[in-house]
Amino acid sequence: MIAVEEYEAMLEAYGRTGADPRVLRNGETGSLIVHENKVLRVGQAPGLKIETEPTASGVSVALVVAEGARLEHPVHLCFGVLPREGLQEIVLSVEAQAGSELTAVAHCLFPNAVDVTHRMDADIRIGDGARFSYRETHYHGEAGGIRVVPRGKVSVGKKGMWQSTFALIEGCVGVLDYDFDVFGDESSISELTVKVSGKKKDEIDIVEKIHLDGQGARGLAKSRLVLSDNARAMVRGETYGNAPFARGHIDCLEVVNGDGVVASAVPVVHVNDRRAKVTHEAAIGSIDSKQMQTLMARGLSEEEAVDVIVRGILR
Amino acid sequence: MFRPELCFLPHVGERKQVLTAENLRLTLNGRQVINGLSFEVKEGTIHGLLGVNGTGKTTLANLLMGICYPDEGSIVFQGQDITRRSISERAKMGISLAWQEPARFEGLSVREYLSLRRQPGMEEIEGYLWTVGLLPAQFLDRAVDATLSGGERKRVELASVMAMKPSLAILDEPDSGIDVLSLPHIMNGIAAMGKQGSSVLLITHSEEAIKAADEVWIACDGRIVNTGQPQELCEWFKNHCSTCSHVGEPEHNGA
Repeated sequence: MIAVEEYEAMLEAYGRTGADPRVLRNGETGSLIVHENKVLRVGQAPGLKIETEPTASGVSVALVVAEGARLEHPVHLCFGVLPREGLQEIVLSVEAQAGSELTAVAHCLFPNAVDVTHRMDADIRIGDGARFSYRETHYHGEAGGIRVVPRGKVSVGKKGMWQSTFALIEGCVGVLDYDFDVFGDESSISELTVKVSGKKKDEIDIVEKIHLDGQGARGLAKSRLVLSDNARAMVRGETYGNAPFARGHIDCLEVVNGDGVVASAVPVVHVNDRRAKVTHEAAIGSIDSKQMQTLMARGLSEEEAVDVIVRGILR
Repeated sequence: MFRPELCFLPHVGERKQVLTAENLRLTLNGRQVINGLSFEVKEGTIHGLLGVNGTGKTTLANLLMGICYPDEGSIVFQGQDITRRSISERAKMGISLAWQEPARFEGLSVREYLSLRRQPGMEEIEGYLWTVGLLPAQFLDRAVDATLSGGERKRVELASVMAMKPSLAILDEPDSGIDVLSLPHIMNGIAAMGKQGSSVLLITHSEEAIKAADEVWIACDGRIVNTGQPQELCEWFKNHCSTCSHVGEPEHNGA
């Protein structure tokens, strides 16, 4: 495909997810579209600088938000591999300078994957008082022939905030190997959320680690998985309270909705300072019968009730 | 409670029955929880059910909603035997239940919870929230999850039953755990349910709440042991049930 065709194909695939492709064409908001190892569009915005460098198997992206810059509109990132086979390796470097504010929305499109690998290595630095909200949503086909490997190291400065949501609820997961490590400085806030709907023979491995290194740092590692058919999932949430008055929590819910499902959760809570406190809750099981009965008492069928509960958990 | 909108209805005793339960029996864990229970729910009537803990009131609510089935006896609703019908079928026929301890739902907004089956307009949904004392602007987009207080959740539950416009609303202790300032809103909701033409089975411990009823039943040991007007039955309940030999027995507090 030539670049123009790829660009249009990516926009079309983006539109099929229910999103509005106009946000990716909008000249006033920051945006980036990458297909395989080709950069199809870079949209700059005041206070934001995006630099890209194609590699043999992907693209290196450097995203800098200037000190004190507060971006009014979300930055839209779009990554994808449209052919049935392919490899995409994204090396992402983000620097949110002190006092800046940014929301980034990433769409990862692999609608036809039969043998595709998407790997992301992110190095994210949030400056003092900066706030960075990141939501990554994947759209997969039903073949399940995809391997997604998101890796991230995030450092959050004093009074900084990092909020991330990784959502993979459309199509088959394939293989997901997610591993994010967050380091929070004094009075910082770190929130990691992962939402996955696994089915067929999906294999899901999630590691969320939060190191509360500064006094009064707070962190939440949250995961919501709904598993059916023969899906297998392992969730490891680790929170380390390394400083006075650090507060951390791990919240894992895995809903098992199939006879062949194997679901595991391993929470690790570790405290190095007597004034720190970290807690965890993990629940694995079938859909709550009382929730089912409540919805059925409002006239929903069993299938409709399951659908409402699952959609709510993954929302 | 005087309700002029019901003046066109005949006296409670002469109204048409909406639901008839006959000789219901249910044993759970070796204990007879429902013990030959028979009653009739009348059209446009608020029936109050009083009884100490463990007398089978919540089990009765579950039997009527189809959450469990009786070992013996029958339930006829609007002329159809529903004894073995599922929860969904009963809901579609016009029975709805406000739970004593309502479930919480992640990611489901109050607006969505009030329009699960029917699709009431926004004005109608807001009306239900106003009725139970919840400001629509504050609550419509709130999730029906753990962020709602217990009292707020119960009021949302009541509003959601109203939104179903049921022929029979079963309200299982809608006033329990409610602060005194919020209680009038619950009472408003119960009265509004009557005004919209629903028959109501109001299960409660509260002397205040039972005043909303047209007729009161006293339950003891899985049976109805007395019926009458709220005022006289409250007195009877206090005089008889406080000295009842069943009160305080461990098994009396189970159901």
